[in-house]
Amino acid sequence: MAKFTRLTSYAVPLPEENVDTDQIIPARFLKVTDKHGLGDSLFCDWRYLKDGSNNPDFVLNEPASQGAQILLAGNNFGSGSSREHAPWALVGWGFRAIISTGFADIFQSNSLKNGLLPVQVSESVYKALMEAVQLDRSTEITIDLQTQTVTALDGLETTFPIDAFSKHCLLEGIDQLGYLLSFDDQISHHEQQRT
Amino acid sequence: MTIIMKPRTLFQKVWDEHVVVEEPDRPAVLYIDLHLIHEVTSPQAFTGLRERGIGVRRPDKTIATMDHSTPTLPKALWVIDDQAKAQLGQLERNCKDFGIELYALGDSRNGIVHVIGPERGFTQPGKTIVCGDSHTSTHGAFGALAFGIGTSEVEHVLATQCLLQRKAKTLEVRVEGQLMPGVTAKDIILALCSKIGTGGGTGYVIEFTGSAIRALDMEGRMTVCNMSIEAGARAGMIGPDETTFAYLRGRDRVPQAADWDAAVERWTQLCTDEGAVFDKTVVIDANKLEPMITYGTNPGMGMQISDPMPTTARFEDASQRAAFEKAMGYMDLQPGQRLLGKKIDVVFIGSCTNSRISDLRMAAGVFSGRKVAQGVRTLVVPGSHDIKKQAEAEGLDQIFQEAGAEWREPGCSMCIAMNGDNLEPGQYAVSTSNRNFEGRQGKGGRTFLASPLTAAASAVKGEVTDPRSLLLS
Ligand code: SF4
Repeated sequence: MAKFTRLTSYAVPLPEENVDTDQIIPARFLKVTDKHGLGDSLFCDWRYLKDGSNNPDFVLNEPASQGAQILLAGNNFGSGSSREHAPWALVGWGFRAIISTGFADIFQSNSLKNGLLPVQVSESVYKALMEAVQLDRSTEITIDLQTQTVTALDGLETTFPIDAFSKHCLLEGIDQLGYLLSFDDQISHHEQQRT
Repeated sequence: MTIIMKPRTLFQKVWDEHVVVEEPDRPAVLYIDLHLIHEVTSPQAFTGLRERGIGVRRPDKTIATMDHSTPTLPKALWVIDDQAKAQLGQLERNCKDFGIELYALGDSRNGIVHVIGPERGFTQPGKTIVCGDSHTSTHGAFGALAFGIGTSEVEHVLATQCLLQRKAKTLEVRVEGQLMPGVTAKDIILALCSKIGTGGGTGYVIEFTGSAIRALDMEGRMTVCNMSIEAGARAGMIGPDETTFAYLRGRDRVPQAADWDAAVERWTQLCTDEGAVFDKTVVIDANKLEPMITYGTNPGMGMQISDPMPTTARFEDASQRAAFEKAMGYMDLQPGQRLLGKKIDVVFIGSCTNSRISDLRMAAGVFSGRKVAQGVRTLVVPGSHDIKKQAEAEGLDQIFQEAGAEWREPGCSMCIAMNGDNLEPGQYAVSTSNRNFEGRQGKGGRTFLASPLTAAASAVKGEVTDPRSLLLS
């Protein structure tokens, strides 16, 4: 897994609430058998017009969004289906972090396993960031995982929660399966006891 | 000396039984008793195993089915696109290489993953059950701890039979009273989604309690637990009781003979102890429930079927107002109006929420002696081959076909629209499935979620219809 330490980037504003994983990546793109190449289908039904051309009104298609690594999204982002294709598509497009006031449970867990950092902030911080970013798309936001802080604008600084284990894995680029495999003896013991 | 045990919830008991390692500041290592896999969310997990050169730890605790992208037309008419074909082929190869039992397309025991688990008796009280699919919560109806996982976690479970898990908080949803005729399990869960919203249960495992839950049969309980995820909760659970045991007795994979009695004895102990504390409680009055329907683009945007839709003014919060307006725009509906009488194009009766025999019986009861309205396409898709056979033995297929509905082969079908069963842009559907997200049932399609009774009544009238108007006539 890619390490995550500190990121400074401008952001793509997506103020919609309850953006579900069917919007992030519609089901018809789930017939793939690998994880790659899903970035082109990210937000597909919002992003492209009927004839397949870019929808100029969708934020991801704006020139100011190109190269952004942070998505600033409305509350309860990633609800619905458990498809890990959602973080694969977000990472495939180039995002490394999502800032929101809340994330759906499975989406958050899937993201953390793909080097995509969910950053949960308060309503007031979210509003301040959204306003600033919408006003000036080049507004830079810095996310520091070690100190668990978000800084932006003049003097906006806030902390965000993350469990110690996920933080450790992201900082070091540790993959969780390797960690799980190290419990082989205890797992065997548990299996013996229960049969 | 007597040891006084602190009263525990059902969730706590199942959790305690399955913790392999629990250290401070680390997620627990939780043992998984049953791992269900399907074609869509497993290929990358097997690729991961091969890259690491490791095998599947417990193929005997792993069951595979094909359901999401499978065709629902009779075998002679099977159309599968190349990508879906490759994905199904890959599942078949993976199961063969790693020794996993597969209920493949064409197998007489094939069906939707959350339908066949209970049907074959794999699903049992007290088990931990996972699947790369959010509606795994369905299995909680049996008093199992069952939840959806991502593909990375599918790989974890294949490799270690364990998951790294943080303990959830507990939410009791107490439903007391008696449902009125025409009101079903689906209406209970849609009412909960409307009440607490799609994020209301985030971070919690729900336990459904109360007399109205106890009165439900297993199929109704599965409907309720199925949509726990739509209220944001990863899992929903119901304490096992006589209804649970009666359903399971004699099924393929449950303990037999003397083992059965021992199992029932064990399962009886699982219920939440008197005095155990939940982190939060929500109460629903079953006596006051009416048939529910959604009007918007997430399952929390629901209402009693006779109510008008909200007006924009009702949303004080700007972002909620914006979400409501966007949903109304997508659905092309007017705030403040009623949905009753709204013309519809399609009715879908199926999905892991409402495709079991009692759901089909409910729908058939409405269709019996009636016809689907002109111009309405109605699809009835049983959840498994077992259910299909049972329905045909009871003559339900005849009732559906005589009414003018299509009687299909089992599968997820128009719930997720991956297999060619889909809405056309702009069409309105009343659907017994679980998600009304934009495009969920086909790009540009518009979904009203409701019970099988409401769906069937709406098919007959060609418009959104309160089923009680037909039940009473
Ligand atoms: S029926 Fe729908 S919700 Fe259920 S498993 Fe299939 S696609 Fe998922």
